Amino acid sequence: MEKFLGFDYPTLWFLVIGGLFTGYAILDGFDFGAGAWHLFFKKERNRRIALNAIGPVWDGNEVWLVIGGGALFAGFPVMYASLFSAMYIPFILFLVFIIFRAVSIEFRSKEEMNWWRKMWDISYSISSTMLAFLLGVVLGNVLQGISIGEDFQYHGDGFFEFLNPYALMVGITTLALFMTHGAIYLLMKTEGRMYEKLTALLRNGMIFFIVSFSITTLYTLLYIPHLSDTFKSEKLYFIIPLLAFLSIANIPRLVSKKKYRMAFIFSSLTMSFLLILVAVELFPTLLYSTIDPSFDITIYNAASSEKALSIMLTIAAIGTPLVLIYTIFVYSTFKGKVQLDDTSY
Amino acid sequence: MDVEILSRIQFAFTIAFHYIYPPLSIGLGLLMVIMESQYIRTGKKEYETLAKFWTKIFGLTFGVGVATGIVMEFEFGTNWATYSRFVGDVFGSALAAEGIFAFALESGFLGILLFGWNRVKPWVHLVSTVGVFAGSMFSAIWIVVANSWQQTPAGYHIVSTGIETRAEITDFWAMVFNPSSMDRLMHVWFGAFIAGAFLVMSVHAYYLLTNRHVEISKKAFKLALVVATVFSIGQLVSGHHSANGVAENQPAKLAAFEGHFEAEAPADMYILGWVDKEEQKVTGLKMKGGLSFLLHYDFDTPVTGLNAFPEDERPPAVNAVFQFYHIMVTIGMLLIALTLLGCFMWWRGKLFNRPWILWIFTIAVLLPQISNQLGWFAAEMGRQPWVVYGLLRTTDALSVSVSENQVLFSLILFFVIYSILFLLFLYLLDKKIRHGPYSEIPDEGRSLQSDMADVVSRK
Ligand code: HDD
Ligand code: HEM
Ligand code: HEM
Repeated sequence: MEKFLGFDYPTLWFLVIGGLFTGYAILDGFDFGAGAWHLFFKKERNRRIALNAIGPVWDGNEVWLVIGGGALFAGFPVMYASLFSAMYIPFILFLVFIIFRAVSIEFRSKEEMNWWRKMWDISYSISSTMLAFLLGVVLGNVLQGISIGEDFQYHGDGFFEFLNPYALMVGITTLALFMTHGAIYLLMKTEGRMYEKLTALLRNGMIFFIVSFSITTLYTLLYIPHLSDTFKSEKLYFIIPLLAFLSIANIPRLVSKKKYRMAFIFSSLTMSFLLILVAVELFPTLLYSTIDPSFDITIYNAASSEKALSIMLTIAAIGTPLVLIYTIFVYSTFKGKVQLDDTSY
Repeated sequence: MDVEILSRIQFAFTIAFHYIYPPLSIGLGLLMVIMESQYIRTGKKEYETLAKFWTKIFGLTFGVGVATGIVMEFEFGTNWATYSRFVGDVFGSALAAEGIFAFALESGFLGILLFGWNRVKPWVHLVSTVGVFAGSMFSAIWIVVANSWQQTPAGYHIVSTGIETRAEITDFWAMVFNPSSMDRLMHVWFGAFIAGAFLVMSVHAYYLLTNRHVEISKKAFKLALVVATVFSIGQLVSGHHSANGVAENQPAKLAAFEGHFEAEAPADMYILGWVDKEEQKVTGLKMKGGLSFLLHYDFDTPVTGLNAFPEDERPPAVNAVFQFYHIMVTIGMLLIALTLLGCFMWWRGKLFNRPWILWIFTIAVLLPQISNQLGWFAAEMGRQPWVVYGLLRTTDALSVSVSENQVLFSLILFFVIYSILFLLFLYLLDKKIRHGPYSEIPDEGRSLQSDMADVVSRK
């Protein structure tokens, strides 16, 4: 098998796609989070500031989803096909909310009427909340496993099978994490009264996250043996949840010192550690079969040919630096606190 | 109804809806680049006003385009899982390239394009406009390459691993430059430029008719007319090229375009017609041997007809394909006539004082849209019953695990949401057009207001 930097191609692509999803979670995570808080701001001006804090960047953030989805399709077509068709309803709902979120942001500012703005505010906030939640629900199902048969097809039934207790818990935890992350982002971007309010909101967000995260962890350890086994066999891996915990614990300290940029870096780190945790628990499986472990979809039986993977590696190698350059360019053009002008939302 | 029909309807509906917006964004992108370069070259304020005005409308089409595009990307997996497993190895590279080369570029610079007017130097802003425009052109490249690979597969081999059969890529460049991709890319690009130019002409013709923004509208109209004329003529050339390619690579499709049944006979070309599939007859206005002539420059050369193919390898909806194709071509001819007429009147100095021609241009905005839609319907329905031409049938491409109810649920959901979205889009577009290129609040007033906002927000 062909190797690159000591990894075989499927492993490498597992890492690349993991990296893309992590990037996506960090970036769209803050704007979903900001959206989930949106209705907590009561004044028109504050809502506008909150919206314009993510205004120039949310669309670019969403592209990470498009790239991640494309990379999954290209790298592990079997996984892409089986997961998306098995999780039909959650993905369709996800699409619906992503449409609503996009148009709420676009359309809100186009009319002055109070009811108009209020309507889009509500639609924006609900869709942001649901998006975060649904991402978590899908993750929960992936972690727990679904009824994949010998033919790599889903053999479960029912509209609502995806709404099992574990998936719900992961969904809520994800929402809490994104809300914390979003509040820190907004703190970085705002001033004055709004900023005091956010400090209080952030505190609640963190409590919400720590509680839901603890419950989910406990449930995982007790009821999902295939996940905890990895840790029982290799004690060293415990360092990852430990790091995640330390970086969360660091956030309040940084916030009280008004080091928001650092706090944001640490909440991004927390997310990265949690996703690394997920990756370690899964690898080399992508999707557990609850019917029979030999039907598991793994990086080896789901991967594209080495030729395809190496072509895409080239594409990624050329594309990534470009993406980084213009991402930095955009973020630096809009750095600092939000200013409203005649081009704002 | 079964899952197959429902999934096909859903795919056709969602992508046809998506395809309302990208052509407008690509076409407006071109015009914005021209207007903004004019501003930087000549320093005339009017061009800046125009560029800003069209950027706002662009923001609207772009926003809806993005929101509906994500649906497309997920639908391959949700509704066409077997297809995704089959093509992923080949198709995936193109889709991934689209994300990383095109969408990232587009949406990266979009922030500056929309919100950066007061923040960056004019030339940096122009660079961003060019970046967004280039990004939208690139996204057409990769998606058309992917689709063309389905029409005329190349650079792959078929592999069976255990339970699944799939196409694996063997030659990336052969996949990219498959027999139909470049012809179709040109055709799609040109179609987009035409759509954008006609929108600009429509809006400014309307202003001229109502006597508003007169000077600025004349400028914009002329710019757009030049673009529209060039690409309408170009579209005929590129469409002809495409048709030759179809004759060579997808003869059954071409036979359906012209309703040509006999296996080996000279083929006619219809201006108008109605296909009776049972009787294998076409009634209508025809040019004898016309198709033979267009393909081989000889009226008597035989062309492969539908009967040369087994029953189950012929496109089922021959009449629909025939009609869609013919309406597109007719509109194409009409657009050439219309733009040339416009140029002629401009040359004679009559363009802006004859209301009837302005009225025609106000309404003509619909024509390229219709052509763009019907062109895709003809190309895609003519490909049936194959989803990947000659390799995978549409019937076999579905998600096995998805149930009828699920698809019905999603189809209804999309239908409702897209209807609302479309109405809102029209409403806001109308509002922006009514509002016009100038801000109601005079310039000084506005900057004072935003100065105050800045002072307040910076304490
Ligand atoms: C890269 C892939 C791709 C691209 C760029 C397009 N399509 Fe397509 N289209 C498909 C991939 C596809 C497909 C997945 O292969 C479908 C689904 C079912 C089928 O038979 O082919 C399809 C079906 C399909 C059908 C239904 C045909 C039928 O069931 O009889 C229509 C009307 C369209 N498409 C229309 C369009 C339009 C208006 C497009 C312009 C944007 C377009 N397609 C681009
Ligand atoms: C099945 C086929 C298609 C898929 C999967 C698809 C996918 C997408 C996605 C995911 C987006 C949003 C990107 C973002 O978040 O910024 C998008 C937008 C866009 N797509 Fe499509 N698309 C398809 C067909 C097409 C076609 C045929 C064209 C043009 C010829 C096109 C041109 C564009 C453009 C220019 C945008 C940017 C938004 C806009 O300008 O409206 N797409 N598409
Ligand atoms: C002027 C005469 C025209 C001719 C002879 C022509 C010819 C063709 C042909 C042969 C195809 C099928 C290609 C294939 O299946 O591979 C096609 C598709 C298409 N046409 Fe046209 N066309 C013309 C005008 C137009 C115009 C005016 C527009 C829109 C403004 C347009 C938009 C499209 C689109 C969007 C497609 C689908 C994409 C593709 O397959 O290339 N066409 N055209």
